[in-house]
Amino acid sequence: MPSFLMCPPDFYQIEYEINPWMNRRRPAETAAAMRQWQALHDLLTTKLGATVETLNPVKGLPDLVFTANAGLVAGEKFIRSNFRFPERQREAPVFEAWFEKRFYRIFTVPGDACFEGEGDALQLGKTLFAGYRMRSDIQSHRQVGEILGCEVLSLELVDPRFYHLDTCFCPLTDRAALYFPPAFDDYGRKVIAESVPEAIPVGREDALRFACNAIVVGNEAVLHAGCEATNLELRRHGIKVHELDLSEFHRAGGSAKCLVLRLS
Amino acid sequence: MPSETVELQGHIIDSLTLPKVLDEVMNFGGTFEIIEVAIGHRREDPSRARVRVSAATQEALDALLGRIKQLGAVPVVEQEAVLVPADIDGAFPENFYCTTNLQTFIRHHGRWIEVERPEMDCGIVVDPKRQIASTLAVHRVKKGDLIAVGHQGVKVTPLERSPERNVFEFMASSVSSEKPKGVVIKEIGAQIRVAKKAGGRVMVVAGPAVVHTGAGTYLERLIEAGWVDVLFAGNALAVHDIEQALYGTSLGVYLEKGIPAKEGHEHHMRAINAIRRAGGIRNAVEQGILKSGIMAACVRKGIEFVLAGSIRDDGPLPEVITDMVAAQEAVRRLVPGVSVCVMIATMLHSIAAGNLLPALAKLVCVDINPAVVTKLTDRGSFQAVGLVTDVEPFLRELWKNFTE
Repeated sequence: MPSFLMCPPDFYQIEYEINPWMNRRRPAETAAAMRQWQALHDLLTTKLGATVETLNPVKGLPDLVFTANAGLVAGEKFIRSNFRFPERQREAPVFEAWFEKRFYRIFTVPGDACFEGEGDALQLGKTLFAGYRMRSDIQSHRQVGEILGCEVLSLELVDPRFYHLDTCFCPLTDRAALYFPPAFDDYGRKVIAESVPEAIPVGREDALRFACNAIVVGNEAVLHAGCEATNLELRRHGIKVHELDLSEFHRAGGSAKCLVLRLS
Repeated sequence: MPSETVELQGHIIDSLTLPKVLDEVMNFGGTFEIIEVAIGHRREDPSRARVRVSAATQEALDALLGRIKQLGAVPVVEQEAVLVPADIDGAFPENFYCTTNLQTFIRHHGRWIEVERPEMDCGIVVDPKRQIASTLAVHRVKKGDLIAVGHQGVKVTPLERSPERNVFEFMASSVSSEKPKGVVIKEIGAQIRVAKKAGGRVMVVAGPAVVHTGAGTYLERLIEAGWVDVLFAGNALAVHDIEQALYGTSLGVYLEKGIPAKEGHEHHMRAINAIRRAGGIRNAVEQGILKSGIMAACVRKGIEFVLAGSIRDDGPLPEVITDMVAAQEAVRRLVPGVSVCVMIATMLHSIAAGNLLPALAKLVCVDINPAVVTKLTDRGSFQAVGLVTDVEPFLRELWKNFTE
C-alpha cells in the first residue's frame, strides 16, 4: 500500500501572491481548510488503505501544507526542491530535516537551477515527465534523470495558472494520463501524444477545478468535487472516483495532489 | 555577426527540446550551426548538443540567448583571450594571433568583442580602457600594446552562403574567358547599386591599361556619376590619364586614331613635368591646366584617391606615395565602409587592396590575363568574381548598365 507525507494546515494562509490564484484579499478560512484537509487524510488512510506520515506545521510557512513540492522521493533517495520564490525557499530546510532524520539519501540539483519536486516531476511507466519554466528550470531535469537512472521528458508550461506539471498532467496507469492540452505548447503536446499511449484531454472547466491535480492510488482517484466530465472519463477507464471539497486550497492554487508527497 | 556557443544536455531529442531551441533561434531572427550532437545509446542515457547561435546585433543575440536559456541552452563557458604586452616597438610578442580577413571576435572580460577593421595578416590589439579590439599591422606595434597570443578566446565567423544565387557565390566562378560577360557585368552593376543603397562604398583599383585601351572615359563617367567613392592606383594610371587629357595620347598613341603621335614617347614625361610644375594634380585642376580625365574627375568630385608608386615609376607625380608602408596606411584609411572593390588591369595594387579589405567586401577582378584573375580571386577573398576580358569592353558595358 502506498504511503504519503502530509502537513496539517494549522498555519495555512494566503500571505503572499506567487501565482494567479493567490489573492491576499481573499484569505483562506482556517477552520474550513482544517476540515477539508482532515477529510482527505481520512479518505486516504481509511478508504484507500494508504499510510500517511505527517510533518509538523511551522508558523510563517503557510505553503508547507503543499508537501508535493518538498522534493521527489524514489526508494531511499530524496531529491530536495530548490524553490523558485524566496517565500517558499524557507520550507526546504524543514523538509530536508524530516527526510534526513529518516535516513534518506539526500540529493540536490546543481547550481542555481530551480526544481519543485513532485509538483513538476511525475512518473508514468519508466519515464519521468517533468515540467519547466514557471517553477522548475529545465537544467534540473538532466540531474534528476541521472539520479533516478530514467528518461526525463521535459514539458514547457505556458499558462501561469497551471504553473506546476501536477496541475495539468496526471498519470493514471503505466500508459494513461489526464492532461490539459492548452497548458502546454505544440512541442509538449506532441511529446505527450507520442509518449503517452492513452492521453486523455481534460476540458477547460474541469482543468480550472484542478481535475488534473488528482491523487491516484491503484484504480481509485481522489479529486475536487464537481469535475463531472473528468469523473465520467475516469470511470470509463475503470477508475473509481472519490470527490472531496478542497476549495480552501484552491485559493492558493493547489488541490488534492498538491497536499501529498508520495513516499512509496 | 555576434554569436555564442550554447550547450544542451538531457533527453533533448524525445523531449523535442533541441528542435524547439533551433526553431526559437529562427523565430528570433537568428541563425544556428550545429557543432556537435551526441545521442544517448539507451533510452535513459542523456544526449548532448553544441550549437553556435548568431544574431544581427548583440542586443538581438542577448534576447535570443535569454529565451533559449529557459529551454536549457546555456552558453558554453568560454575561455578569455590571452593578452601579452608587446616587449618592443614594431614587432608582436612570440606566438601572436595572426588574423584572417574574416569577421573576428575576442573574448575579453566575459564578453565577445568584435575586432574592428578585419584585415588579414595582422595582430589583434586590445585597448583595455575603451574595451575595444582592433587589428594592428606589425610595424605599428608600440611597446606595451596588449596583443592577443595563441588561439584561445579568439573566434572567426565563417561567411555564410547567401540564400540567393549570385555571381559572387563562394569561389563559384571558375575563371574562364568563355563566359557570358554581359550577364556577369549586369550582376556586378546590380551589386554596386545594392552596396551604394546600403550606404557602402565602392573602391576601384585600376591599372594604366584602362587608359591605354581607351576605357578611361568610362571610368571618368562612372566617377562623375557618383558610382565610385575611392580610387587606388599607381603612378602610371594617373600619368597616362593626364597625358591623354593634355595630349590626346596614351604611351604616345592617339586614342582617337590608334596611331602613334610624332615625338609621342615624350608626352608622358611632359605630362609629369606639367603636373610637377603646377605642384600636383589638385593644383593642376584648380589652375585649369588639367580639365578632363579620371584624375580631374576625382578632384572635381572630391573622390579620395591613393597613388602608390613603384621602383619603375617615371617622375613620379607629386601625389604618389613612394614609402610603401605609408601607402598601405593611406589605403587602410580608405578601407572602412568599402563593400565592393572593382580591380581592373593591375596585379600588385589589386593584391595590396585585397590584403587590406575584409572578407565581407565583394571583389571584382578584371584582367585580360587568366593567371592574374585566378591569382586575385583565389587570394583570401571569399566573395570574388573574376572576368577574363579586355578592360575597355568591361567598363563600356558596366557604364552602359548605369545609363539604362
